[in-house]
Amino acid sequence: MLRFLSRRLLVAIPTMFLVVTLAFFMMRAAPGSPFVNERQMTPEVQKVVEAKYGFDRPLYEQYGRYLADVVRGDFGPSLKYRDKTVLEILGENFKVSLWLGLSAIVAASIIGVFLGVIAALRQNRPVDYATMGIAILGVCIPTFVTAPLLVLAFGSILGWLPLAGWSWTKVAGVEFPSWKNMVLPVTVLALPQIAIISRLVRAGMIEVLRSNYVRTARAKGLPESLIVRKHALRAAILPLVSYLGPACAGLLTGSLVVEKIFTLPGLGKFFVISALQRDYTVVMGMVIFYAALILILNMIADMLYAALDPRVRLS
Amino acid sequence: MSISIPGSPERAALLNKAVKGRSLWDDARRRLLRNKMAVAGMVVLALMVVLSLVGPFFVSYSYDTVTKTDVWSAPGVSGHLIGADSLGRDMLARLFAGLGVSLGIGVVATAVSLVIGVAWGATAGYLGGKVDEVMMRVVDTLYSLPFIFFVILLMVTFGKNIFLIFLAIGAVEWLTMARIVRGQTMSLKQKEFIEAARAAGLTSRDIIVRHIVPNLLGPVVVYVTLTIPAIIIAESFLSFLGLGVQAPMASLGTLIANGAQDMEMAPWLLIFPSITMIVTLMAFNFIGDGLRDAIDPKDR
Repeated sequence: MLRFLSRRLLVAIPTMFLVVTLAFFMMRAAPGSPFVNERQMTPEVQKVVEAKYGFDRPLYEQYGRYLADVVRGDFGPSLKYRDKTVLEILGENFKVSLWLGLSAIVAASIIGVFLGVIAALRQNRPVDYATMGIAILGVCIPTFVTAPLLVLAFGSILGWLPLAGWSWTKVAGVEFPSWKNMVLPVTVLALPQIAIISRLVRAGMIEVLRSNYVRTARAKGLPESLIVRKHALRAAILPLVSYLGPACAGLLTGSLVVEKIFTLPGLGKFFVISALQRDYTVVMGMVIFYAALILILNMIADMLYAALDPRVRLS
Repeated sequence: MSISIPGSPERAALLNKAVKGRSLWDDARRRLLRNKMAVAGMVVLALMVVLSLVGPFFVSYSYDTVTKTDVWSAPGVSGHLIGADSLGRDMLARLFAGLGVSLGIGVVATAVSLVIGVAWGATAGYLGGKVDEVMMRVVDTLYSLPFIFFVILLMVTFGKNIFLIFLAIGAVEWLTMARIVRGQTMSLKQKEFIEAARAAGLTSRDIIVRHIVPNLLGPVVVYVTLTIPAIIIAESFLSFLGLGVQAPMASLGTLIANGAQDMEMAPWLLIFPSITMIVTLMAFNFIGDGLRDAIDPKDR
């Protein structure tokens, strides 16, 4: 396990280096500068400000300095919100994205496994066809279609849920988002994942139910419900674990749209705005943060997989 | 006469049947045409293509004609069959134009990813060894990048140019193609006909171009039908964030995005493009699934 971990970390280093490099030079290749649109900034003042952030130095020197800072965990100050560091901004906005993402993945796993198992147990019967039909719909309909349609239906026409927005409520000293604001965005994010997870689980379950050890369990006279819960399900949800990494990547891109439609103060929405404003440090910080997140989640998924399935050897 | 054929008995049986005058592709076509969903998908898709090409000639408005008096016309009012948008532009004309743009981007960007992916994957798979390792490590590294962010950066930094959209999306989508093609190539190169080609003195380049690539057709075709909808989604996604196709041009994504803004005023602006999008994507999906079942019979 330790060897695997160190190997994966070693492979992650060039990837992260590439991420930092690409982000840095793409941002700098963009026309415009973070200070261009500001009023009351004479060319002299602009020069002073640029010098303060080191923008008067040659590009390779800035790159080297940024690289060194990032290695030390310093992402610098935001260029637009001068009183905040990039890390502060990341922390503030990521809270919202994290709540959304976690709720969506938990909801999607529970519902997806449930649907997948039912479809597998009733293979080629109406329940199976209905579930898989819904699953195909879920895969085909992108988030930016479901989101406005659901808002239109449940927000505008029925008026059951708020159209957009986000609010925190304190329960016993801990901040929780209000559930009413969460329902629609989480549903939108979870739907495609439910579709994929239920298909994965169905396929896994059908295969496992045909296997020899399930036949043995049946021959022993164990009740079917016990076989499904204790014997089959454990093996059938294994593919789900390795799907966790890609699922999180999907949630990230989905959250970009969801946060925009529901005007949520999350990272995704902030990313596009910062890129348009040329807030170099914030954009680069976010790209690095997301890349690291995906790498770490993939690593955890692989390790979990090996821990759950003794047949898999990490190398 | 019976020929000994490596591989599964099903495959052997299939090939022996081929001796009687039915090729592998005949069989595949037969299976595909028996699949009702796939046929329905092909019919719907053909209809979509025809509509996007011919449709505009049957609408009395152009997609960019602004008619001040027709702002947010309901469907059927003053000659707007499915209404008009916030600038009084005819929705049907915009829908045809948007459908065309989305399909076009899907096809062109897929072609870009196809060329890069097949060349990369076939080379890595055929040469093997160190070259393969380095080339696939590059793919792995790129795979773990949060690509959507780089595409957004690209759009933001280099302007919202339609060719850039092709390029950016195509450049992202080739990775999976390269992986699939490499896997196929590695199994293909063990086959006797490749050995024969090598014995005949062909260069690696000729073997890849003349013998490997044509035999990759099956899995590649399947993956292409799944890539086109993925690219349509990606473009729409960018359009939704305001980074895709620019006004007055439309794509399904911009239409849905604009419809979402005005949906309380004029829900038809959201509903018609959404339905078109969903139907198109489902058609592609059914065709893809059908093709996979038809070409790769062991998966059925």
